[in-house]
Amino acid sequence: MKMLLIAASAASALLAGQAQSKVLTVMPGGDVQEKLQSALLDAKPGDTVSIAAGRYELTDGLSLDVAGVTVKGAGPAATILSFKGQKSSGEGVLITSNKVTVRDLGVEDTKGDGIKSKGVDQITFKNLRIEWTGGPKQTNGAYGVYPVSSTNVLIDHVTVNGASDAGIYVGQSKNIVVQNSTAEFNVAGIEIENSMNADVHDNLATHNAGGILIFDLPNLPQMGGHSTRVFHNKVVQNDTKNFAKKGAIVGDVPTGTGIMVMANRDIHVFENEIDQNQTAAVMVVAYTQKYDDLTYNPLPRDIAVHDNKIGRNGWAPQFPGGDVIAQAMGGSLPSIVWDGVTNFTPKGMTAPVAVHLHFTDGPVANLHFAAPGNIFSAKPEVKPTLDDGPIPEPKPIVLPKLQTRQ
Amino acid sequence: MRRSIAALAAVVCLGAAPAPTGVALNALMSQTPAPTLAAYRLFTDEGGRHPNAQVTPYALNTPLFSDYAEKSRLLYLPPGTHAAYRDKGTLDLPIGATLIKTFAYPADFRRPDEKIRALETRLLIHRRTGWVALTYVWNDQQTEAHLKRAGARIDVSFVDARGKARQVDYRVPNANQCKQCHSLSGQIAPIGVKARNLNGAFPYPEGSENQLAHWTRAGLLVGAPRPDKAPRTAVWNDVADPLEARGRAYLDGNCGHCHNPRGMASNTGLYLDLDENRPVKIGVGKRPVAAGKGSGDLETDLVPGHPDTSIIVYRMASTDPGVLMPELGRSVVHEEGLALVRDYISKMQQP
Repeated sequence: MKMLLIAASAASALLAGQAQSKVLTVMPGGDVQEKLQSALLDAKPGDTVSIAAGRYELTDGLSLDVAGVTVKGAGPAATILSFKGQKSSGEGVLITSNKVTVRDLGVEDTKGDGIKSKGVDQITFKNLRIEWTGGPKQTNGAYGVYPVSSTNVLIDHVTVNGASDAGIYVGQSKNIVVQNSTAEFNVAGIEIENSMNADVHDNLATHNAGGILIFDLPNLPQMGGHSTRVFHNKVVQNDTKNFAKKGAIVGDVPTGTGIMVMANRDIHVFENEIDQNQTAAVMVVAYTQKYDDLTYNPLPRDIAVHDNKIGRNGWAPQFPGGDVIAQAMGGSLPSIVWDGVTNFTPKGMTAPVAVHLHFTDGPVANLHFAAPGNIFSAKPEVKPTLDDGPIPEPKPIVLPKLQTRQ
Repeated sequence: MRRSIAALAAVVCLGAAPAPTGVALNALMSQTPAPTLAAYRLFTDEGGRHPNAQVTPYALNTPLFSDYAEKSRLLYLPPGTHAAYRDKGTLDLPIGATLIKTFAYPADFRRPDEKIRALETRLLIHRRTGWVALTYVWNDQQTEAHLKRAGARIDVSFVDARGKARQVDYRVPNANQCKQCHSLSGQIAPIGVKARNLNGAFPYPEGSENQLAHWTRAGLLVGAPRPDKAPRTAVWNDVADPLEARGRAYLDGNCGHCHNPRGMASNTGLYLDLDENRPVKIGVGKRPVAAGKGSGDLETDLVPGHPDTSIIVYRMASTDPGVLMPELGRSVVHEEGLALVRDYISKMQQP
């Protein structure tokens, strides 16, 4: 009986919890800055901030710091948050609370990043449009969607257009799914950086300078990126001239790169369609810049590239010396280009770590660089494949139910 | 009859009782913020210029630049409580402690004590559940300040210290933005009340005295060593302090609240608080990560000897919201601060 009572009261508490969750609706007109921000401050866990169709001209960034809130528009073309007149904040929308979903709206012309989440567990970006409406420009903001230091990240049906760094950027995060999304006219389409365990699949990356990048950089709180699967994506015609400012790492990505893996381990690239990228279909390279970080491994290792549908790529590589190398290889770069650097000995070890590669798509160019980025030491060699044997594939990413059932 | 006498007595008592005069601690501790600043009785006048008893003015050796606003700072401690000294981080403040900061502009900075227009008064209240940030915006008549949670913009005109007319599109932060700066590991926390930043003289009515010594003498602070044995943040604009110490102090006060391992910018790996001394962490040889156009076509955060190729300087000199640093609280360039940081970097030796 007692058990029954406890169960009953638990159930009613649950019901009560649901009954209490409410929808805060914001309509266009009036002081939309104050109205939207007030709703984001007033929302309680479980609530939805519903932003009606219309155009909202904002002068400052919006932010949410309440856990368990859904921010929902009437569709990416119907609810438009315009930051054309933005005067402050480093992004359009900032999320700092757990279990948040942002969906069904458009964000335009932010001065910095579009939507950022920092230190969030269970962040979902769904059915969004992030756009710089003047087309690709150096003065556009850096990232479209920008989860950083977050865990359980879902980016689904998001379109980003015009980012001066990466359209969809996931940094220093864990357990990530980027799917069904479109990145076009950005410097980088989709970038997974210093992150662990990601599935990037069924996306379209086109008309960027580089399509999909999997990078690991030194001197950051989270390093040692690993275990990313890039599959079933369409990475085609990435042909926008790289318009990043120097300094940003994506500024070094040659225009017309399909998929690029830099540093990192356990990256599997398979069953993608990669076509019409003038530098290369897939590039696998070491980090080339100077750095001061003994814990960093600059080499890509344990990388698999197989069963991709690779069309015509690499006919005019856009990196210094690329034309010479292409000429040496019969006019264009092979499907997969590896810099060939293997001689890195991590701190505390006596010999270099073995670099396992499983490149069964071909042909493969091994540039035999003596050191990262040392193009003058190149001794290009082309082989049909480059295969040290199969590499165990990372397990599919499983996100918490809260995120997948939406 | 007896009852009516009692009632009469009560009325008499009410009539005779003086209006409450002390700070309204219960209002500060209430989960529901008061709609007006006056409800807390932190001041004895309606204009918020005269602090109540147990409210102590203080100043920081090197504060955050806030679009040239003058900031007056006050600390309220509930009766019978005190702050405990810590040589690192902020002082350990008791429940109920409240930090009060009013942002104001004199009409003419050459006469800073005249025609002062207060814009907002911000409170950081230490509740049992943690720190809470509230801001109250002053009306034009300067008689009342109202709670403003969603932020606001205020046009401000003033004549600067050189006699030049200036305008600022002043931004009152929203409640989340308070936390963006005042954040340690995701929790709201004070920034300025560190022993080292308080370790300087303050012009009290009875004469100038070191703040740590004064607070100790007044029973507001326990456990503090003599000021000369305590750490001390340099005064950014006092040339009696060494240039390097002033440069680091400025970056600590203006960047270090986000750029530290527990702050909002922890992910950048650029740490500018005074506790950080590894060259690459303070920007030497460090490449930008997520700066985007904020790199300004430059490759390194801080290049010793070369302010013009240091991204830190580029971002301090910008007023583009997508480039400028700090992200919040500044819309105009702090010329004097920028000059200091340029000077500091130009004379910095390669590590």
